[in-house]
Amino acid sequence: MSIFLNENSKVIVQGMTGSEGMKHTQRMLASGTAIVGGVNPRKAGQSVDFDGTSVPVFGGVAEAMKETGADVSVIFVPPPFAKAAVIEAVDAQIGLAVVITEGIPVHDSTNFWAHAQGGSTRIIGPNCPGLISPGRSNAGIIPANITKQGKIGLVSKSGTLTYQMMYELRDIGFSTAIGIGGDPVIGTTHIDALQAFQDDPETEAIVMIGEIGGDAEERAADFVKANVTKPVVGYVAGFTAPEGKTMGHAGAIVSGSAGTAQAKKEALEAAGVRVGKTPSETARLMREIVG
Amino acid sequence: MTHPTPGSAGNARGSEPVPGGLRCLFVDLFEYQARDLLASHGVPVLPGGVAETPEQAEAIAREIGQTVVVKAQVKTGGRGKAGGVKLADNAEDAKARAQDILGLDIKGHITHRVMVAQASDIAEEYYFSYLLDRSNRTFLAMASKEGGMEIEQLAVERPEALARIPVDATVGVDSQKAAEIVDAAGFPAEVRDQVIAIAVQLWDVFSKEDATLVEVNPLAKAPDGTVLALDAKVTLDENAGFRHAEHAALEDAASADPLEARAKEKDLNYVKLEGEVGIIGNGAGLVMSTLDVVAYAGEEFGGVKPANFLDIGGGASAEVMANGLEIILSDPAVKSVFVNVFGGITACDAVANGIVQALGILGDEATKPLVVRLDGNNVEEGRRILAEADHPLVTLVDTMDGAARRAAELAAA
Repeated sequence: MSIFLNENSKVIVQGMTGSEGMKHTQRMLASGTAIVGGVNPRKAGQSVDFDGTSVPVFGGVAEAMKETGADVSVIFVPPPFAKAAVIEAVDAQIGLAVVITEGIPVHDSTNFWAHAQGGSTRIIGPNCPGLISPGRSNAGIIPANITKQGKIGLVSKSGTLTYQMMYELRDIGFSTAIGIGGDPVIGTTHIDALQAFQDDPETEAIVMIGEIGGDAEERAADFVKANVTKPVVGYVAGFTAPEGKTMGHAGAIVSGSAGTAQAKKEALEAAGVRVGKTPSETARLMREIVG
Repeated sequence: MTHPTPGSAGNARGSEPVPGGLRCLFVDLFEYQARDLLASHGVPVLPGGVAETPEQAEAIAREIGQTVVVKAQVKTGGRGKAGGVKLADNAEDAKARAQDILGLDIKGHITHRVMVAQASDIAEEYYFSYLLDRSNRTFLAMASKEGGMEIEQLAVERPEALARIPVDATVGVDSQKAAEIVDAAGFPAEVRDQVIAIAVQLWDVFSKEDATLVEVNPLAKAPDGTVLALDAKVTLDENAGFRHAEHAALEDAASADPLEARAKEKDLNYVKLEGEVGIIGNGAGLVMSTLDVVAYAGEEFGGVKPANFLDIGGGASAEVMANGLEIILSDPAVKSVFVNVFGGITACDAVANGIVQALGILGDEATKPLVVRLDGNNVEEGRRILAEADHPLVTLVDTMDGAARRAAELAAA
């Protein structure tokens, strides 16, 4: 098993005909993903050839789903049009929408998140590398050749730290690795992934990677304490990062957390999560568990 | 009571870091910019203007023609205590006060501008804000009839006095929703209608300007019963810049670090820090992690620290690498450089070629040792290219921890 994405997933790409969409559709196909269509209203009816694989382009998500049975959409649509693309996917009731696009205004992501409430679509991202269930399917931009299928589940805010951790533990392998994105408002959270990994019989242990900002890691720590029986190893980036932007008192009143790396590490450790000081120490801690 | 318009909202910014600045591209406005933005959406504010010289301050005060308050424009709290807020009875006095305040160092922020505004008598002070509630992935209105004081203190000591009402992003705030917020906060009947109207206008600012924070403290009632926004904080979302060309002018180029300003011109995501090891990496998370690993390693070598944050992103072309190296090597504080790249989409051979070409472009300007760690896609080829180039400044180290240690050691030497 794996979570959210498996060998039966049928994937469409919104924004496939743009340069990023083309590049990564090619890569997803090369790693064995079942890409069944692209979406672009201006190129509907055409098809695009990827090294001998012909992928049809549809005018809309609903049409693509009807014609192909697609249940996953990977979205590369540029920021000015990304909100409409996500809302279209949600309205078509696709099961999973993976929003790769970087630089979406937070009013737009807050808006499409609110729109998706009560619907049947899981959103991952925005500003994320997507997810991979190695050997089965790859929805997004995570390199497929870093690691193999295995028993570790990984959830991370950061793309390159996801790759680094997959690489450090490449011999053990992963059930699914998910980059949830580092934007202030995201769809799938650490907690959603932790719950799914807890429920996935193939996943034996979980790595969660966080970073400064917000209180998602603190909430995840509470969730682990109450709901996760599988071993969890953590890493938090940003101990030495500058204070960054200040937003007045209002933000801190709401989040109730300082959002610092130290606060997150302490919260995780209090929940029984072993937290590595560096990515490689984190990998070592995981090896002690599943090695 | 006579109250110099500064208000305690001046303290609201600065004391509470909201980390994540390396990812969240949010821009805090100066008070005068926030005031102008509010006024452009119809929110009532007092007459005033911004001055960069004592003469300009004098002219604004003369136009106002009554007692004014001269306020340092810095993005930090504690202006009043630092002597950055003064009352002036007339134009000459305003000129003298501006003379005192301009150039003042307030917690490391040099005052380049002052705002000169009509001083107001205040009968009552309230609080009103809209903000992004990231934990609940929604927007939030907060309001209190007890403004002026530290709102954070109020939230802790008397939470019942601060109304918090979620705002559905797909619906927004109309006068009905505004009434719900205003009534939850228990505003007095005689100002209710005015505050409702202001709440709708402030929502206009928040939503139409793509703000992540609009905070008015104090929202004040003058003795004649008029309600006014006396001080405001506004934070804008830089990601929304594509639909707000006018926001570019609000950026504070004058106060930016010169290296940061140059990096911005070259589209590099660079933040200057107070250390000796220059850092280049790909991906915000990996670069943040690199800073941490270098700081740990530096503890062994007399407390050497990272000198900067620089994320060159996914495609580390030779040009981007050269631009990044050029900025970092021109920082006199830098003693060594750590290039930490994980080849995900980017192939390590391309990164290695980028480093070699960058050093070629820089020529004799490159004088500081570089420690390079490459892993991931095409790493063997990448390492071979660097080994073959055999540049005297470049050391290749296999692991991130080992490379951080070597870079710290070189910086301490």
